[in-house]
Amino acid sequence: MYKNSINFMLLFSRQGKLRLQKWYVPLSDKERKKISRDLVQTILARKPKMCSFLEWRDLKIVYKRYASLYFCCAVEDQDNELITLEIIHRYVELLDKYFGSVCELDIIFNFEKAYFILDEFLLGGEAQETSKKNVLKAIEQADLLQEEAEAPRSVLEEIGLT
Amino acid sequence: MALKIVKGSIDRMFDKNLQDLVRGIRNHKEDEAKYISTCIDEIKQELKQDNIAVKANAVCKLTYLQMLGYDVSWAAFNIVEVMSSSKFTYKVKIGLYAHVWICQEIGYISQYDTGVALTGLSCFVTPDLARDLANDIMTLMSHTKPYIRKKAVLIMYKVFLKYPESLRPAFPRLKEKLEDPDPGVQSAAVNVICELARRNPKNYLSLAPLFFKLMTSSTNNWVLIKIIKLFGALTPLEPRLGKKLIEPLTNLIHSTSAMSLLYECVNTVIAGHDVNGSPFLPPFSLALFLFLRFQLCVQKLRILIEDSDQNLKYLGLLAMSKILKTHPKSVQSHKDLILQCLDDKDESIRLRALDLLYGMVSKKNLMEIVKKLMLHVDKAEGTTYRDELLTKIIDICSQSNYQYITNFEWYISILVELTRLEGTRHGHLIASQMLDVAIRVKAIRVFAVAQMATLLDNAHLMTGNVQRKGICEVLYAAAWICGEFSEHLENPMQTLEAMLRPKVATLPGHIQAVYVQNAAKLFATLLKNQEGNTDRTAAQETSQLMIDRLPLFVQSANLEVQERASCILQLVKYIQKLQQKDVEVAEEVIALFAGELNPVAPKAQKKVPVPEGLDLDAWINEPPSESESEDEQPKAIFAKEEPKHSRARHTEVDEKELAKRREARKQEQANNPFYIKASPSSQKVYQEAPGVEHIPVVQIDLSVPLKVPGLPMSDQYVKLEEERRQKERVEKKKKEKKKRKEKRGGRGKKHDSGPESEEDITPAHMVDIVTEEMPLADSEKLPVRSHRAAEALKSPAEDGDAESPASQEPKKKSSKEKREKKKDKDGDRKVSVKNGNPTRETALWMYIYGAEIDIQGNLQDGSQVVVSVIFENKCDNFLKTMEFNVLDSLNSKLQRPEGSGPHDGLSVPFQLPPGVSNEARFVFTMQSIVMPQKLKGTLTFIIKNEDSSTHEKLDFKLHFTCSSYLITTPCYSDAFAKLLESGDLKCSSVRLEGVNMPFHHLLARICFHHHFSVVERIDSCASMYSRSIQGHHVCLLVKTSGQTVSIDAKCDEPTLLGNVLDEIKQTFSQC
Repeated sequence: MYKNSINFMLLFSRQGKLRLQKWYVPLSDKERKKISRDLVQTILARKPKMCSFLEWRDLKIVYKRYASLYFCCAVEDQDNELITLEIIHRYVELLDKYFGSVCELDIIFNFEKAYFILDEFLLGGEAQETSKKNVLKAIEQADLLQEEAEAPRSVLEEIGLT
Repeated sequence: MALKIVKGSIDRMFDKNLQDLVRGIRNHKEDEAKYISTCIDEIKQELKQDNIAVKANAVCKLTYLQMLGYDVSWAAFNIVEVMSSSKFTYKVKIGLYAHVWICQEIGYISQYDTGVALTGLSCFVTPDLARDLANDIMTLMSHTKPYIRKKAVLIMYKVFLKYPESLRPAFPRLKEKLEDPDPGVQSAAVNVICELARRNPKNYLSLAPLFFKLMTSSTNNWVLIKIIKLFGALTPLEPRLGKKLIEPLTNLIHSTSAMSLLYECVNTVIAGHDVNGSPFLPPFSLALFLFLRFQLCVQKLRILIEDSDQNLKYLGLLAMSKILKTHPKSVQSHKDLILQCLDDKDESIRLRALDLLYGMVSKKNLMEIVKKLMLHVDKAEGTTYRDELLTKIIDICSQSNYQYITNFEWYISILVELTRLEGTRHGHLIASQMLDVAIRVKAIRVFAVAQMATLLDNAHLMTGNVQRKGICEVLYAAAWICGEFSEHLENPMQTLEAMLRPKVATLPGHIQAVYVQNAAKLFATLLKNQEGNTDRTAAQETSQLMIDRLPLFVQSANLEVQERASCILQLVKYIQKLQQKDVEVAEEVIALFAGELNPVAPKAQKKVPVPEGLDLDAWINEPPSESESEDEQPKAIFAKEEPKHSRARHTEVDEKELAKRREARKQEQANNPFYIKASPSSQKVYQEAPGVEHIPVVQIDLSVPLKVPGLPMSDQYVKLEEERRQKERVEKKKKEKKKRKEKRGGRGKKHDSGPESEEDITPAHMVDIVTEEMPLADSEKLPVRSHRAAEALKSPAEDGDAESPASQEPKKKSSKEKREKKKDKDGDRKVSVKNGNPTRETALWMYIYGAEIDIQGNLQDGSQVVVSVIFENKCDNFLKTMEFNVLDSLNSKLQRPEGSGPHDGLSVPFQLPPGVSNEARFVFTMQSIVMPQKLKGTLTFIIKNEDSSTHEKLDFKLHFTCSSYLITTPCYSDAFAKLLESGDLKCSSVRLEGVNMPFHHLLARICFHHHFSVVERIDSCASMYSRSIQGHHVCLLVKTSGQTVSIDAKCDEPTLLGNVLDEIKQTFSQC
């Protein structure tokens, strides 16, 4: 088992519906389901005034609620909770900038964009770009590309790269 | 065969790989075509081989050739073959090669595309892939674009993890990246090296100066945190580093405003000390250094804890607990602060504070802290937290053999106080503490026994409440202590009475058993006391009490209680007999319980010598021989295999049987009126059979025309309606005034009186006509018709103004045109009424009532559209032989009866007497529904009066909008999410400016006019769904901010989507 700073990231609604999940550690589907079910339950049971961290198994869970959505990251023991919180916040800011006052439904409707933004921001569990401007620029470029050149994209898709 | 393989691999050595191919093509600039044709021949040969690696290589080359524009479709089969090979590596490799090559060869079309490939790669790096791709990625690390460099650097980390050998060659380049001009790349490199260093710090010591420079120069907190983390890992290996770091770290702690950075610094300082506890500085400076270090850290942590932010508080406490391990003193001075945290509303903070307290107690402050905690126990709400407090109090007090307790009387009273807690689960914990203290601290026994006797006396307080079940465990300890140390009891008789109360029988069995046993002990002590007296009757009374009360326990259902009780009962009876003979029995009875119970040290067993001749390692019985089991193994395999088959068959039968039973049960449940049936959950259906077809389609079964089926937010309609009515009322008033002015003669009053009031009740019918899209079923014709008649009667009086509500629905051009036509007719009619000239009267009203979709047809045939037309005779004459005809287009055809030609009209199956209206339905067959359609048509009819009949003709246009092909279909949010995830929907979006209406009206409007249903709505954002008659899914995401409405839409048919969006846009452009 190799280490990452972020092991996984989950977005779920107040009703406990998983809206987005990104796993940076290899886990079986069953494990993922179990983990997300566990965590969603634990976090939803916490009162709103409670702090954003909890210790769970051998990981630290950092979560934050934005409107009706919970953003939840699992980090390693030595990691800095506050910077993780910052990462979550940065991601929300990115979503907000991109979608324009982001809302849970945006993430359902344009889930691929939400994933894409996450991929531009985090790579393999590490923050890859700390500048919001750069991330958004990359996403805009990619959007343009998608419009212009559907063809090479679909080739990639066939191979299973996207 | 073997030979073939050998041959294959030898051949392979001479095979060109992709690189060779590209090089070759470059070298053969003049005769490229020729070179490639030889290459293709080679590839063909390679593809014929059995070796999948060879094939993969061939396919790699093919992909490149295809990119150059050569046709490689002949190899499609082989490509599929390679793709389906079990080795995923090949696929990815092909993909990535293809990719990297596109980028490098065709002039970097898109750095972003490579980015995508790299991002994808990060998800599935395997050791194989890592080995194969390490070189390529390393090359990308020096890409001209920082975007690619950054990604490549990060991916490299994954590669290192999977294929550590790649680290050595790549490291110099990675080091270079630390000084990359692009901050993104730089931070990525720092990231990777930090992560690597965390795993194996030794190898990265040489980088320390470089990082030191970065740390002092960088302003990026993200990078700083990583660097500090790295130093945290390095310091233990190089003590001098720690000394050097102090200054910059202290500076950072003082200067930074970023809490995350501060926290990281403090943590590193703490952890750093943790590891290298050995002094590496001269003693005098060490003391100063440590003092400064911790003073500063603790001071900073105090700021964190005092912060109002819960998160900082929590982290502060967490860090404090780390300091506590090494420097309890420096934390102890902040006791007040930590005790304050016990009042926090956040439970996790309180628990952290409790943890800290555990480590902070000393002999001096224990009582004070526990007193505080007891206060909290009283206030605490929520049993879990209170239980936690309780266990913590006991933990704190009992830690390391009651090291900090100076006064055990105090502790016993704390324990007794704790028994007053409501609903705790930890009765047994308190009980064991009581027993432990009473047994081990001899000096306390008198006090303990007195306290326990009181507890037993007041036992009813504990047993009364069901909630307090847990606490009655304490009685176990109380009874035992009172019995065992009964010589210290002040009033043993009273305690004995308390123990033999009938109420005791309600206690759990194991407690009753202790009661009975200890009652006997008490009895023995009592006897001894009483026999010393001269009065013998007291002793006999005591025996009598036992004999009276014990039978209750003899009847107990609990075996233990029963056994002990009957045993002791017999004993007491015997004693009584002896007493009656004046025999002294006390000494003998007491001998039953003689001997003192001494505490035994946990290691005491070690001191007991092993008896001679006992060999603890020797087997008592011969162990089962291993060879035997080995012999059996093959048998077991066969034995296993055989029943497996039969079992499998068995389960199959079972499954069928089960299904049958399930069916039967369902039947039964269906027939059982008392069984609440599970509502068919769409979600489940969806899961069982994935695919968008399974979005539940509710059969539209209309009985009232205005009800839009399956729309979850029907109340929005009500609002919309109300709003509209209000508007109309205003308009009507205006009109009335106008009318009164114009027609003072009272003409038209006839029209006013009836229909006016009629309109008040049924204003929606205006919309009906105008929108032309209300779904209608056969059953509902009649009520509609009557209203329509009223409508029609009224409108001439209101003249053109009657159209005003129509302006809300402007997207139907044809309806406008038709209305114009109607107006003409109205004019005619008016004239005719005036002049009383019947010949001038034409007067047929026709409403194209809506391109309504035939529901039945929809399920079997998604191409049928039913148009309902209302004909109304407005003249005084009889209308007959009406013929409806439409000019068919390529796409849409009017369904005519068999045998009639493509241009024949359809005769309307009724005649219209004056003033009567009726509805006819015409079925159209549509090939494609992605575009709106306009059809021209004519209606011919004969007006017949007493003496003559005239032919008349009415031209009209039928407008089929795309929205009219949509059916309101409810969709649940899960199904909606699944549909979107399926990923084969095309995207489009539209922005509406200056829409000034409440959001729910806006949604209602879209639902109403375009047949959508709201899937989910959150604040000013809503997702909507609809489905076309041909099963296209249309999904909308509507958001508003201010007066701007943005609609994102997805549909599997882009043309349809575009048209629907245009129509929506038009709906709102007119309001």
